[in-house]
Amino acid sequence: MYSADIIIEALLNGLLTGAIYALVALGLTLVYGVLHIINFAHGALLAAAMFAVLFVNQILGLDPYVQIPLLAVIFFGLGYGLQRLVIGPASHGRDENILLVTLGLSIIIENLLLAGFGSDTRSLNTDYSFAVFEVGPYLLGQARVFGAAGALATAALLWLFLSRSDTGKAIRAVAREKIGASLQGISVGHVYAVTFGLGCACLAVAACLLLPTFYVNPRIGSAYVLVAFTIVVLGGMGSIVGAMLGGLIIGVVESMSGLFLGESLGQIGIFLIFILALLFKPTGLFGAKA
Amino acid sequence: MLTVDNVTMRFGGLTAVNDASMQVKAGSITGLIGPNGAGKTTLFTIVSGFLKPTAGKVAFEGETITGVAAHRLAERGIGRTFQIVKPFAGLSVLENIVVGAFLRHPRRPDAERLAAAVAEKVGLGDRLDAPASSLTVAGRKRLELARALATEPRLLLLDEVLAGLNPSEVRDILPVIRSLRDDGITILMIEHVMQAVVSLCDEVFVLAQGAIIARGTPAEVVADQKVIEAYLGHGAAARLKGGEAADA
Amino acid sequence: MRTLRPYLPVLVLGVLLALAPLFVTSNVVLNFLVFTLTVALAAQGWNLLGGFGGQFSFGHAAFFGTGAYASAIWQMQLGFDAWTGFVAGTLAGALAGLVIGFLSFRAGLRGSYFALVTLAFAEVFRVLANSSEVTGGAAGLLLPLKIGAENLQFADRATFLGFVVALVIVVLLLVQWIRGSRFGAQLVALRENEEAARALGVDVLVVKLKAICLSGAITAAAGVLYLQYFLFIDSGIAYGTWISVEVLLAAIVGGLGTVLGPVVGALALHGVGELAKSLAGGLPGIDLAVYGAVLVVAVAFLPGGLVGIVRRRDRPRPVRDAAPVEGEA
Ligand SMILES: Nc1ncnc2c1ncn2[C@@H]1O[C@H](COP(=O)(O)OP(=O)(O)O)[C@@H](O)[C@H]1O
Ligand SMILES: [Mg+2]
Repeated sequence: MYSADIIIEALLNGLLTGAIYALVALGLTLVYGVLHIINFAHGALLAAAMFAVLFVNQILGLDPYVQIPLLAVIFFGLGYGLQRLVIGPASHGRDENILLVTLGLSIIIENLLLAGFGSDTRSLNTDYSFAVFEVGPYLLGQARVFGAAGALATAALLWLFLSRSDTGKAIRAVAREKIGASLQGISVGHVYAVTFGLGCACLAVAACLLLPTFYVNPRIGSAYVLVAFTIVVLGGMGSIVGAMLGGLIIGVVESMSGLFLGESLGQIGIFLIFILALLFKPTGLFGAKA
Repeated sequence: MLTVDNVTMRFGGLTAVNDASMQVKAGSITGLIGPNGAGKTTLFTIVSGFLKPTAGKVAFEGETITGVAAHRLAERGIGRTFQIVKPFAGLSVLENIVVGAFLRHPRRPDAERLAAAVAEKVGLGDRLDAPASSLTVAGRKRLELARALATEPRLLLLDEVLAGLNPSEVRDILPVIRSLRDDGITILMIEHVMQAVVSLCDEVFVLAQGAIIARGTPAEVVADQKVIEAYLGHGAAARLKGGEAADA
Repeated sequence: MRTLRPYLPVLVLGVLLALAPLFVTSNVVLNFLVFTLTVALAAQGWNLLGGFGGQFSFGHAAFFGTGAYASAIWQMQLGFDAWTGFVAGTLAGALAGLVIGFLSFRAGLRGSYFALVTLAFAEVFRVLANSSEVTGGAAGLLLPLKIGAENLQFADRATFLGFVVALVIVVLLLVQWIRGSRFGAQLVALRENEEAARALGVDVLVVKLKAICLSGAITAAAGVLYLQYFLFIDSGIAYGTWISVEVLLAAIVGGLGTVLGPVVGALALHGVGELAKSLAGGLPGIDLAVYGAVLVVAVAFLPGGLVGIVRRRDRPRPVRDAAPVEGEA
């Protein structure tokens, strides 16, 4: 039906997209792994970051890739503040409450974006947006290649940060044993907020990497949040390596089901994987602890 | 009434219950004692259907019940309390007990009547409308007992219902437990308060490191060398003997 | 009379609601009431499972949409009438509840995981409805206009409102009855502590399944109402996240696990939403942004919801971790 070349090209493109998805999921799984909460506002925050990229581009004319450090810092601060001032205090430490508070936040963010930017779908065109690399017989979008490379580099940086820096060690200590860590003088509230900030910084980077090829509208967050959840559940809640592998798998699944099922029915592949993973393999494909 | 045959329970590498066998006679109060971590609660969890043992068999009134679901066993007449109390914290005392009473009384007025009577019996009669979360430790223990009783069990498993109570609270609750036996309920109780074990139990089993190491009347068991060593460490019995000899 | 007293608040609210169709003439207000009470009905379905049973669904659109689509297909594709369509839609909601509940509860999903899986089910339904023939695909289904009580289409809005009010009252009475019944007590018990409930003979899986079937049926009935009133559905309306969010919002703001909460919550929420819209001068999304803020504030400051302010003792709020008593020995 399809020639092998088309399928391989879809596969490659799926892997590239998957790497960026993995970065989105990385923020979610990091927050889950440390705070043990499910941040439902993750998708809406990504949408906000994407609009921020557009906005800065319009005002200052900065290329999305150049914006990475700026937006990462801003979103780190935003995430830190959200966790410290809103999510932590409002949810009284209860699991369902956190889900509800972050749901509330996602509704607020999504609709403020709608009020501020209107419901139009937008994209940001750079000179490399439509350029391709020719790899043998295959055409790979340049922006996707850059995006995947950036995502992998960010993940590697995060990994280094978590394993080498003092803050990273504190984060891992809190993830393992909250009470033990606080007895060692680590401020759990601060570590939580830093972790949430890091999760949001991942989103900001992902937004910068996404925009040259992906469009954005205020409602885009709800699509990404399900993709991110699927990846995280597939990879094992809280597992960074799992999120990376899960991202690649989901990128490929999306690209393949788009190819074989068409644009509209194609989304179903991801949801079905999500449901099946939750029902039958809640600890993730790679056996991490739920 | 209850027979535990060679039950073993492993959690990963840890053997919590190791080839334990015990019998509970109908109409008795039987004690299960042993040091912390001996596997007593785990054995209860198995008998009450919350865990399936790795090996072995449990029989209740002659029928095998290994692996039967907890709620079915409650229907068949096995009631239990939890060592770590689990009140329905958002509900009133009466409403907590009513949940148990509904098991055999589908209509609310009947269930409420039974629940109020049970509350009276365990000494919560004047706290019916209080939120369960407002109860003291002793109150919560009584509530555990009351809820289990409201299911009208024939065999009642009590997991350290006296732990955390002060001596006068213990004194108050002992007659309640004794009266349950007089009502025809067979009782198997895990207990650390030895005074209670001695005054209540007809027979006592001793569990140490997952295995039953002794059985007998409370007096026999308390004097048993293996039991003293299990509690106080190796050589303790000999040391105690030596001490007594020196005193004499 | 002891047994009738609990029904008094429901009856009072019922009388108040029943007065509305008699006195309200403004079409705007009638529209507002029909829509709000439809949401309230759906929210009462959510509340049965989420409020009383503690199983928070993020995907009640799955039931709302199933009710609406089932009834529409029943009428348009199969040629039956609207009243049996109402029954068919409601039953379809119960069936969807059974399927989703059986899969999720048997797999032991709770808390956030249950919330997420319901959301995914709703999305699967949405994608399927959006791309399949029988549901009219992306274009949706337009129910032919056939005014007449036998077609569940009324010439004037007030009559339709009367029908909605009657349905709301019936469901409120049903929920009040459930609240006092064995099933209700067991449902609340498993919300508070599943293990303790099992020890008391509660078959947790069966009780949860009953709850999700009833919940699905009630929310599906609201979906049918929506269809009969607006005579149009598409996948985004029927299975969209908006309704999943509205129902949980109304129940939480009104008072989780209370009988009147969802109605009070839906009225308050939509009232505030309309107010915000008129203040913001038609800025899109502002009412929804306010809903989001209300949700955060309600979770943070109003654990018993609006109803809980009035009647403190009515709301048995689930409290985890009662004060620690002693460590596991
Ligand atoms: N669900 C479980 N998973 C792993 N280990 C367990 C579990 N339940 C109990 N244990 C272990 O089994 C041993 C026996 O525990 P327990 O039955 O509670 O002892 P006791 O009630 O006699 O103090 C302990 O070492 C405990 O840590
Ligand atoms: Mg114990």
